[in-house]
Amino acid sequence: MTSLETAQKLKAKFGDLVSEPTEFRGEIMIKVADAEQIVAVCEFAKKQLGFDYLVDVSSLDNYGDDPRWTVVYELRGLASACELRIKTDVSEEKSELPSVIGVWKTANWHEREIYDMMGISFREHPDLRRILMWEGYPYFPLRKDFPLAGKPSDIPGVAFSKPAPMEGGPFVTIPSTSSSTAREPRVRIPEN
Amino acid sequence: MATVQDIEIPDSAARAAQAVDELPDDVGEKMVLNMGPSHPATHGVLRILLELDGEVITKADPDVGYLHRGDEKIAENMTYTQFIPYTDRLDYLAPLANNVAYALAVEKALDIHDKLPPRCQYIRVMCCELARISAHLLGLGAFAMDVGAVTVFLLTFTEREKIYNLAEAASGARLTTSYTRIGGLMRDIPPTWCDQVRQFLKEFAVALAEVEVLLTRNRIWVDRLRDLAVISKEMAIDYGLSGPNLRGSGIEWDLRKNQPYLCYKDLQFDIPTGSVGDCYDRYLVRMEEMRQSMRILEQCVNKIPGGAENKSKEPVNVADGKIVLPPKHGVMTKMEELIHQFMLVTEGMNVPPGEIYFGHENPKGELGFYICSKGGGVPYRLKIRSPSFINLSILGELMPGAMVSDVPVILGSIDFVMGESDR
Repeated sequence: MTSLETAQKLKAKFGDLVSEPTEFRGEIMIKVADAEQIVAVCEFAKKQLGFDYLVDVSSLDNYGDDPRWTVVYELRGLASACELRIKTDVSEEKSELPSVIGVWKTANWHEREIYDMMGISFREHPDLRRILMWEGYPYFPLRKDFPLAGKPSDIPGVAFSKPAPMEGGPFVTIPSTSSSTAREPRVRIPEN
Repeated sequence: MATVQDIEIPDSAARAAQAVDELPDDVGEKMVLNMGPSHPATHGVLRILLELDGEVITKADPDVGYLHRGDEKIAENMTYTQFIPYTDRLDYLAPLANNVAYALAVEKALDIHDKLPPRCQYIRVMCCELARISAHLLGLGAFAMDVGAVTVFLLTFTEREKIYNLAEAASGARLTTSYTRIGGLMRDIPPTWCDQVRQFLKEFAVALAEVEVLLTRNRIWVDRLRDLAVISKEMAIDYGLSGPNLRGSGIEWDLRKNQPYLCYKDLQFDIPTGSVGDCYDRYLVRMEEMRQSMRILEQCVNKIPGGAENKSKEPVNVADGKIVLPPKHGVMTKMEELIHQFMLVTEGMNVPPGEIYFGHENPKGELGFYICSKGGGVPYRLKIRSPSFINLSILGELMPGAMVSDVPVILGSIDFVMGESDR
C-alpha cells in the first residue's frame, strides 16, 4: 500500500470530512475539515492503515487569516514505510482541539510544546503545562504577532516568588517525631 | 538576692539515641529529590524531579527548556542560508550532521535533493558518519564516566580530537562548522583529507577495540546495564523514539536504509538492532554503529568521485546560479553572476510555496525539519523535530522502579543533547 492509497482509504472512510489528498515533493497531505474529529481520523489511520509512528506534530500561525491556527501531524507506518501528513485548522476564538495522546503517547510533549509556543490547548491532555518556557510566562512566543526581540516579563515568574529553600539559615532539622517533610522544611518561613 | 539554679544538661549522645528511638518508621513516606539542572550526569541542563521511596524512584518528571533559545522563531526571521550556523548549535556534538540535515531539508523544498553532484553526496556522507562517530564517542565516554569507568572517557576524547581536526581541515572550524550550503558545500575537501580520514580510521579501530575490551565484558559494566530500563518494541514506537534507542529495542528502522538519501544506496552497511531493549543493548547498538560508520567511511574514501585530489574537477555544488553563489571571478567580470550574487545575498534563494518534512538519521535519532514556505527566501515556519526532546519524553515512564544510582546509567543510555532538545 502506498501513501497515496492510504490517503484515499481515509477519504473513502470519512467522506467530506477529509479533503482530497494532495502531493508535493512526493509527500501526501490531507486536510481534516473539523478539528474535533481529528482523534477519530488518527485512530483509524493507526489501527486500520498501520500508521503506528507519530513523527512530529507542529503548528502554524496563519496570522491575518481565518482560521488562525493549523496543527500538522506527520504520520509514518514503520512496517509499510508510508508517510502521511494530516492538517487541521483551529479558529482563534476556540484555540482548542482534542488531544491525540490516546492514539500515540509521543503526542504528549509535542502538544505541550505547541501549547507553550502557540497557545493552542489540547482537550483531555493529562498534563498540559508549559515545557520550554517557565510556568507563569505570560506570552506565546511563536505567534507571528510576538516580536523577535521578545517582550519584557517578570523573570522568573512563579519559580522565585517563594523564599528560597533554607533561606536565611543553616540546614536545620527540627527534632520531633513528625514525618521528614515537617522535620526538614524545604522553605523556612521568616519569623516576623 | 541572687539564687543559684542548676541547669540540667542531658548527655547529647543519649539524647540523640532517644530521638532516634522515638522516630516512627513511616512506611511509604515519599521524598522529592531535585536532580539538575546542573548535575554532571544530566549532560547539560536537564532537570528531573524524582519522587523517591527510599532508594527506589516512584515518579520522575523531566523538566526541559533551560537551554531554549527560540531557534524556530529566529529561523522565521532570516534567509535559509543564514540559518545554517544555528544548526551547528542544535546537537553540538555532531554539527556536521546537523548541517547536512538542514541543507537536505531546504534542498527537498527546492526539489534538488536528489540532483546533488555525486562528489558532494560522498563528502556529505563522510561528514555525517564522522559526526556519528564523534557523537557516539562523547556519549559513550560520558556514559562510562558516570558509571565509574573514567579511562574510557580519556580514550574516546583522544579520538574525538582527531575528528575535530578533520572537521577543521574541511570547514575551517572545529565545532561550529557550518560546512554545507544549500545546494552544495562551502568548499571542496582539501587534497590530503581522504588520507587523513584513512589514517584516523586506522587509529580509531585500535582505540575502539580497546574501549570494547574495557567495557563490553566488564562485570561491573554489564551488571549495571543489563535488564535496566527495558523499552519494549511497542513502547519505543508509541513514544516515537528514534535512532539507536529505537534500534536498541529491536526495531530495524534506519532512515539511511528505509528512506535512502544522498549516496547511502550505493554503500554497504548493516543496521544493528538490540534484542531486549535494555541499557546494555543500547550501548551495544552504538558500538556497532561506530563500526558500521567506519565501514561507510572506508568505502567513501575509496569511491569518492574525482578521487582525493579531485583531478577531474568534479563539482561540489549544483549548477544553478539561483541557488548557489557564483564563483568570485565570475562575479567580478560577468553581469549575470553579479546579479545572482546580489539577489542571493540580499533576498536569498526563492523556495516555492509548499511544505515539506525531511527526516535525517542523526547520531541521536531522527532530526527532522518541517519547512512551510510561502515563497521567497525566508521560511514561513520551520519546525525542528529534535530527537533528544522526544527521546527524553519517555523518562517519566522509564525511571519509576529504578534506583537513584541507576539514573546516570539510564540518562547515559538514552544519550541526549540539551542544545537540541531545547532548541
